[in-house]
Amino acid sequence: MNADVIVIGAGIVGSACAKTLAQRGMNVLVLDSQRGGATAAGMGHLVAMDDNPAELALSRYSIELWQQWAPQLAADCAYRNCGTLWLAASQEELQAAAHKGETLRAQGVACQLLDAEGLRQTEPMLRRDLSGALKVNGDSIVYAPNAARWMLTQGGTRIRQRCEQVSAVEGNRVRLADGSWLQAKLVIMANGIHASELCPELPIRPKKGHILITDRYPGRIQHQLVELGYAASAHVTSGTTVAFNAQPRPTGQILLGSSRQFDSLSPEVEGAVLARMLQRALDYLPELSQLSAIRSWTGFRAATPDGLPLIGAHPQQPGLWLAVGHEGLGVTTAPGTAQLLAEQLLGEPSAIDPTPYRPERFLHTPELKEQHR
Amino acid sequence: MIELSLDGQLLRVAQGTTVAAALYLGGDGNSRTSVSGQRRAPFCGMGVCQECRVSIDGQRRLACQTLCRTGMQVETQP
Repeated sequence: MNADVIVIGAGIVGSACAKTLAQRGMNVLVLDSQRGGATAAGMGHLVAMDDNPAELALSRYSIELWQQWAPQLAADCAYRNCGTLWLAASQEELQAAAHKGETLRAQGVACQLLDAEGLRQTEPMLRRDLSGALKVNGDSIVYAPNAARWMLTQGGTRIRQRCEQVSAVEGNRVRLADGSWLQAKLVIMANGIHASELCPELPIRPKKGHILITDRYPGRIQHQLVELGYAASAHVTSGTTVAFNAQPRPTGQILLGSSRQFDSLSPEVEGAVLARMLQRALDYLPELSQLSAIRSWTGFRAATPDGLPLIGAHPQQPGLWLAVGHEGLGVTTAPGTAQLLAEQLLGEPSAIDPTPYRPERFLHTPELKEQHR
Repeated sequence: MIELSLDGQLLRVAQGTTVAAALYLGGDGNSRTSVSGQRRAPFCGMGVCQECRVSIDGQRRLACQTLCRTGMQVETQP
């Protein structure tokens, strides 16, 4: 045995799993190929998403855990409780915002509806004719690569890290690129889109996204600003969609998203997609045209067919556990994912119902007669 | 010759001089200060690295991609 647990992937989800299990006394070996994943590419928006009850349960619970961790987070994790404004561009959207507020409040998520004037006072850089917004107070931002590194320091000597590319997984064993095998009591796959290279049966598709960041212009916006149509954009299952999403970085920079593209694995920034995304951003923040952008980049979200992650035992491979498929919500839901996984591994009662995230919904358990054949 | 202002000081440069060159001719060569407090200066000279960001007539511009013009007000970030 090389450890109690081998975690594949040192992104935000793998690091959260390592932290949570190490703090329960397990010795964890974290393997990462340093290829980079969604953790380093995304916005780091900790957001309560409510497209379905399971998504809201996991994101709400995870944000509570982030809030508990916040006082201990290293300064370079850049955690800020800036809140989210869900922007309504019409009276219809304002009604949708009010409905969203009811859904969130029913689950204990604090939020208030702002009318048009309230929104103009709160965020004067926004287009003047918006109808209002839903303000979600507990949402925050974090610099996810540093947060992942911080988590790995929280296990003391119980967390070891190695730079390794895993070339195969068989239950509780992993083969490294040099052909050698490592073994543990259990293996956790937390390697996002690369999980399907090791387990082709996983229903994970890469969803490409573009991001752009401006030079420093402190104080122009105060909250994470997201158009209410964002969720609709996020759930389209083919083609390319864009939605307005802007984040005030603690440096004074403005981080802009978002785009979603299926069936591309090319990491290059695509001018046409970036142009559509920026046009959408200009619709909401016209003065952006006066600001300078300094970088843009892309990343790949690991998307599942129902938009929920795969958290739990791989039903066909004893000893292998999954924590993948978080799409655009991995930074938000990493703490809850780690907690759910730890509870299942150790047979503890669950803080939230783990059923909606179980891999069994896509991967069937082999029938007994086949096992005895 | 072209006359421009660099951080409030009058500077005369030859026609065809970039603002990046003017930073060296009229100042200490630096363009800005990074988030971590380091002084930064033009590096790639071809509009990619973004290290030479300065304010020109109130707009953020890349010094290496901008030619000096008469009356230009260039301000580096302290």
